[in-house]
Amino acid sequence: MSMQGFIRSDGRKGIRNQVVVAYLVECAHHVAREIAWPNRDQAHVIGFPGCFPNEYAQKMMERLCTHPNVGAVLLVSLGCESFNRMQLEKIVRDSGRPVETLVIQKTGGTLSAIKRGQAFVMQAIADLADTPRVPLDLSDLIVGTVCGGSDGTSGISGNPATGRAFDRLVAAGATCIFEETGELIGCEDIMSSRAATPELSVELRASVEKAARYYAALGFGSFASGNADGGLSTIEEKSMGAYAKSGASPISGLIKPGDIPTKGGLYLMDVVPDGPVQFGFPNISDNAEIVEMMASGAHMTIFVTGRGSVVGSAISPVIKVAANPEMYDRLHEDMDINAGRIISGDADIDAVGNEIVAMVESVAAGQPTKSEQLGHQEFILTYKTFEPIGPACLPA
Amino acid sequence: MPAIDPRLIVLNTEDTVAVARCAIAAGEVLQIGTETITLGQAVTMGHKLARAPMQAGDKVLKYGVPIGSATQAIAVGEHVHLHNIKSDYTPTYALTDTGEIA
Repeated sequence: MSMQGFIRSDGRKGIRNQVVVAYLVECAHHVAREIAWPNRDQAHVIGFPGCFPNEYAQKMMERLCTHPNVGAVLLVSLGCESFNRMQLEKIVRDSGRPVETLVIQKTGGTLSAIKRGQAFVMQAIADLADTPRVPLDLSDLIVGTVCGGSDGTSGISGNPATGRAFDRLVAAGATCIFEETGELIGCEDIMSSRAATPELSVELRASVEKAARYYAALGFGSFASGNADGGLSTIEEKSMGAYAKSGASPISGLIKPGDIPTKGGLYLMDVVPDGPVQFGFPNISDNAEIVEMMASGAHMTIFVTGRGSVVGSAISPVIKVAANPEMYDRLHEDMDINAGRIISGDADIDAVGNEIVAMVESVAAGQPTKSEQLGHQEFILTYKTFEPIGPACLPA
Repeated sequence: MPAIDPRLIVLNTEDTVAVARCAIAAGEVLQIGTETITLGQAVTMGHKLARAPMQAGDKVLKYGVPIGSATQAIAVGEHVHLHNIKSDYTPTYALTDTGEIA
């Protein structure tokens, strides 16, 4: 299948050409939703609900609004929130994308803001039809992976099959990101041994130790009740299953949300905040992790689920891999790949890994995933604090 | 390699647990290594059964690595879960169907 991408001014190529409608505080969320609704296939709502400033959220929104899958941006502000809308608008404008900021308190209220916003979206969609397209190669792609609603099958079928797909994608020059250091607790020894350099090895181990400290302070692991129903007993058991998504390639670097890898390879994303515990759980739900990988440039996310998550995402397509054959039978309308066949003995890890790679190629070429077809565009962004990564995290 | 019932999967030869590939009813007879056991309790897909006897404090091995420690003696063929193992990192929080904390 020949893949074509939408070329952006920074040289990155998008696999979708969305108009983002971004609310800059929860108070502007309804207006943003109403603006996007008539064109919701192409106009996706993202936003930050908080009224108070947060550097991390600012950076996330800047990265997301200049994501290669995004062609135009409408910012929706109430007017009195702390978010730096001027800076965000400037960054989007400097990227060459059409952008407009609507301040509800200045436009005359809800109805007039919706009317003006819908006019912007209509015009942007018409303009984006002319976006130049260029040949796209696997080496142009950044692919993330998460697992959610994990059970005792995830770590045996869907996760190792995704790991096999990651090995093939990395070999083809793609950039692959795995994450959730809180769900790698117990894997620090084997994972750090795969680092490209000894210094990176130290950083990988430190990131998991930080996660273990953070969750110990919270009193709970990154472990939901459904994980136990599905047969998982401890965080380290869940971790080993989750770790299988990383495959067997050497680990090229450690990034934090919003850091964009500049060359292909396998990267771990550290999603646990730095500093003292504040603002609560690091990953309040699966979409928070998908958003962070998008902020690091992920064109799409491979989502392995055992219990049966149905989510998609704004901006970047989500490929859902069912780990559990019984769940696949129940929820097949939401699932793109049936890795449960590995459990039932009808396919092996290699075969499903190949299917996932083929799916990545067809989704990059424009084929909608199940969650895209169903209109799933979940998005969540909350408060966090990060220090910049150290020099050992991205070896030359 | 000792025999294992086809309804179970052993992920690593070192493992002290095996994983159910499907739901298995109470009373089913299973071959686990040299032992033939009668399952005391129904298990659903993805749950674990002991493949080796364990004492309280023993590491539980799956994928060839520790996934926690036994909190009581566990016999071959017993369901291995929240009631008899615990994390060596953070405690596991799980709700039962009646809203109790397991």
